[in-house]
Amino acid sequence: MGKNIRCIVAKPGLDGHDRGAKVISRGLRDAGLEIIYTGLHQTPDDIVESVVQEDPDVLLLSILSGAHTVLFPEIMKKFKEEGIDDVLVLGGGIIPDEDIVKMKEVGISEIFGPGTKIQEIVDYIKGHLKR
Amino acid sequence: MEPLKKSSEAEFELQNLIERMRKGDRRAVARLITKVENGGPEVSKKILKEIYPETGKSFIIGITGAPGSGKSTLTNQVASEYLKKGLKVGIIAVDPTSPFSGGALLGDRIRMKSNFTNKNLFIRSMANRGKLGGLAMATKEAIHILDAYGSDLIIVETVGVGQSEIDIFKSAHTTLVIMPPGMGDEIQAIKAGITEITDIFVVNKMDRDGADKRVNELETMLDIGENIVVDQINHNVRIVKSKKWRPPVIKTNALSGENVPELIKLIESHREFSKTSGLKKKRLAYRYKHYVVDIIKYFQNKDIEHLIFSNPKINDFVDQILSYKTGSDPYSISEIILELFSKRYFS
Ligand SMILES: Nc1nc2c(ncn2[C@@H]2O[C@H](COP(=O)(O)OP(=O)(O)O)[C@@H](O)[C@H]2O)c(=O)[nH]1
Ligand SMILES: [Mg+2]
Repeated sequence: MGKNIRCIVAKPGLDGHDRGAKVISRGLRDAGLEIIYTGLHQTPDDIVESVVQEDPDVLLLSILSGAHTVLFPEIMKKFKEEGIDDVLVLGGGIIPDEDIVKMKEVGISEIFGPGTKIQEIVDYIKGHLKR
Repeated sequence: MEPLKKSSEAEFELQNLIERMRKGDRRAVARLITKVENGGPEVSKKILKEIYPETGKSFIIGITGAPGSGKSTLTNQVASEYLKKGLKVGIIAVDPTSPFSGGALLGDRIRMKSNFTNKNLFIRSMANRGKLGGLAMATKEAIHILDAYGSDLIIVETVGVGQSEIDIFKSAHTTLVIMPPGMGDEIQAIKAGITEITDIFVVNKMDRDGADKRVNELETMLDIGENIVVDQINHNVRIVKSKKWRPPVIKTNALSGENVPELIKLIESHREFSKTSGLKKKRLAYRYKHYVVDIIKYFQNKDIEHLIFSNPKINDFVDQILSYKTGSDPYSISEIILELFSKRYFS
């Protein structure tokens, strides 16, 4: 028994493939995390509901479509409404530099661009868990 | 284990979560499950003492079968049918922990997307964390928590390998075993005790070739099985099974939903049968007997070193061992100690 880090990997937005999210999921699994993979086309409500039920330590939002400027803040707003404040939220994918600042302002702790090493993400997670 | 919180503080936190759960707070339910997952029997003990009288009301369905057989997809279909009736449904999906990394990839939610935002549904994914049997002790506590939360129905999905099937049978009222066509010669698996735990056989993926063949194989196997007396001596299984129930075999298509309403009818008739025939009570007795043994094993293992080493009598026993006489070998001495234990605790 003992604590294992639980992490939801979710893919909000409409873009059609989740290869990147799957690669990250397997990588994190191989690094010893428990990954709850929720699949494509998640709405903010889907994601927040998954977080409520699964009670993860980490939520990793993977995105390609550029819809992050709308979706990420919406998810964080719903988090506030639900009173969820001890989940580490991370973003992954192609996100322009000027948006990264905005994303951090709404509560995304870190954004990992394409090509980030799994170990880098793992180290970050272990150093920044909120509970 | 939980970090070293002051115990009164930790207890207050649990109490608070339980109160919130009673008011229907889903995040509190989720956090309680996390607590039993991470805290083990020490934490479960505190929670169960509090919520136990509120449990025993849910109908528990076990779904097992090989990876890829369609358990999650079918679970979602079955859940949908009960949600349509306005019932509150809980799902616990257990997947294996990787023995190499200790991590796990839990993908069952993908198949349950259509119901994500239904507030009457609560889905929890769990890794078995390498414990023997796919259903870890934490899973049993998660069932209790969802029961106390007021779920009318709880579906437990677990991958069908060896011990985990027996475990699911211990926890469920009605167990479905999924046997799709064309997945190798897994009638092998059937021989390994599956018939004894099955209440309903589901030949999922009926849209694929070989579904009828699979149905025939299962029916034939059941025909033969009917004449075999399942004796109670089989230690691994020790089945509490009514011979009045021959497991029906049904084909389904979990993608289209074909035959799912018929499957629900079978589930309901097994539920009724188990109530009227006394099977349900027998199984519960069996389940809790084993549950108690598991709990005792856990706490006894934990305490045994301390109990033995802190008792000065151990030195006399060691002296006896060192005498190299008949009856003073370590096995005989351990038997004597065990007997002392059992006299003290259980007579
Ligand atoms: N053709 C067909 N595919 C199915 C059926 N049920 C499930 N599947 C597919 O089988 C795969 C595994 O399903 P899943 O529910 O994840 O299986 P599990 O591993 O047993 O939980 C998925 O790709 C499903 O879409 C069915 O009745 N027919
Ligand atoms: Mg599954």
